[in-house]
Amino acid sequence: MNDNYLIETKDLCKYYNDGKIKALDNVNIGVEKGEVVVVIGPSGSGKSTFLRSLNLLEMPTSGKIIFEGHDITNHKSNINKHRQKMGMVFQHFNLFPHMNVLKNMTIAPIKLLKMSKQEAEEKAMDLLRRVGLADRSNAYPSQLSGGQKQRVAIVRALCMNPDVMLFDEPTSALDPEMVGEVLDVMKNLAKEGMTMVCVTHEMGFAKEVGDRVIFMDEGMVGEVGTPDQIFSDPQNLRTKQFLQSVL
Amino acid sequence: MQEWFLDQKDKFYLNFIKDDRWRYLWDGLGVTLQITFFAVLIGIAIGMVIAAIKSTHDKTIDSIRIKILKYFLKFLNFLCNIYLTIIRGTPVVVQLMIAYYIIFQSSNNKVTIAILAFGINSGAYVAEIIRSGIMSIDAGQTEAGRSLGFNYIQTMFYIVIPQAFKNVLPALANEFIVLLKETSVSGYIALQDLTKGGDIIRGRTFDAFMPLFAVAVIYLIMVIFFTKLVNILERRLRKSER
Ligand SMILES: Nc1ncnc2c1ncn2[C@@H]1O[C@H](COP(=O)(O)OP(=O)(O)O)[C@@H](O)[C@H]1O
Ligand SMILES: [Mg+2]
Repeated sequence: MNDNYLIETKDLCKYYNDGKIKALDNVNIGVEKGEVVVVIGPSGSGKSTFLRSLNLLEMPTSGKIIFEGHDITNHKSNINKHRQKMGMVFQHFNLFPHMNVLKNMTIAPIKLLKMSKQEAEEKAMDLLRRVGLADRSNAYPSQLSGGQKQRVAIVRALCMNPDVMLFDEPTSALDPEMVGEVLDVMKNLAKEGMTMVCVTHEMGFAKEVGDRVIFMDEGMVGEVGTPDQIFSDPQNLRTKQFLQSVL
Repeated sequence: MQEWFLDQKDKFYLNFIKDDRWRYLWDGLGVTLQITFFAVLIGIAIGMVIAAIKSTHDKTIDSIRIKILKYFLKFLNFLCNIYLTIIRGTPVVVQLMIAYYIIFQSSNNKVTIAILAFGINSGAYVAEIIRSGIMSIDAGQTEAGRSLGFNYIQTMFYIVIPQAFKNVLPALANEFIVLLKETSVSGYIALQDLTKGGDIIRGRTFDAFMPLFAVAVIYLIMVIFFTKLVNILERRLRKSER
């Protein structure tokens, strides 16, 4: 047991169809505070399931998830409170289409953290300025480009002052020319010391800011290592094959 | 030609003016609107409760960890399904007669009985409209809400229902317009609504054309009016979002 872990999974399993599909099969991973962990692996290997289990969007079949010292899989734990500390960014943005950018960002801090409207809006504007979208604060999501939507989704999560950010393929739904602007935001976040778990196919991002890379394979952790180890000297044959197919 | 006009004038006098017969239509219209209005309120109330239970069941049953809560929700869902099956599987006029002649046979308040019968009937259709509206909202919206820390109810109220409402408004309004026309079977329990009013005049004057035509025109005007109103509201809602 490592006391530095912000999140730790213990023998995490997630089965579908009465155990016929093992989306997660005894996953033991710890994420330290300030660490950037990049999760890679073939489609269907359980990357999303792993990430979505961390904030219990998927309920594990068995195993434990320890977040900030609490076993959040215990049903006495208040998952809504813990989720406030875990920001999540989705592949398809999931902005609220009936609210403008500012409202998207401030509704959660106002309702959940009891922030005043003014304080929440100041914080939101500050974050929007940092990602270059201050002039879009009154726009509705349908009026934004994909890259802009994803940047808003990231700062919406940041408005809750999370201790960790979870990303599930944040650039996969974007046109190629918009990938860079989103990755830049994520890189800055990493450099500021945010703890991050990122499912992504952007190997350049993994090399540049990743502290550790996890290769997932058929619901299991196939290989873990620094980006250097994984990309230049993979030990696992499946890792090698996967990297050859994507690089 | 002139003769025909004089004839029509006489018939108009006979059907609507003589003995204040227009009052059958006027009073009947009042009864029709009263039944529709209150039945709609009951329908919405029932529909929202049923839709809440059923969509909560569908969305959360797999993630509920407390056994007793799970079985309770399954039981409620089962009751809702029985209600929906019976109400949607039988004609409204039969339901109305069962309400009047069997369930409330000791009561003589026909208007109240009709309001209850049409309200309970409408609730089943409203429930399905609201439920399908809620289920049509992308699961990613709920996930985004939950991931920010909102609980299930907050997520529904702040995020899902406002979007679902806009989607279902046309269908909901259409249901009310359907109900307005459906109350025309109230005559089966000898209630003097608009349709029955026209029929009474026909029985007195032995002229079918004028009174029934008048009844049809009144329904038509109301339906056109309400449809217009809904269109305006819809456009307003859409404008606020784009
Ligand atoms: N709701 C579900 N029902 C059944 N099987 C699922 C469900 N969600 C995911 N799976 C299965 O679990 C496995 C892992 O999926 P996922 O975590 O989405 O993989 P990845 O994100 O790596 O592509 C896949 O085989 C997928 O088909
Ligand atoms: Mg995935």
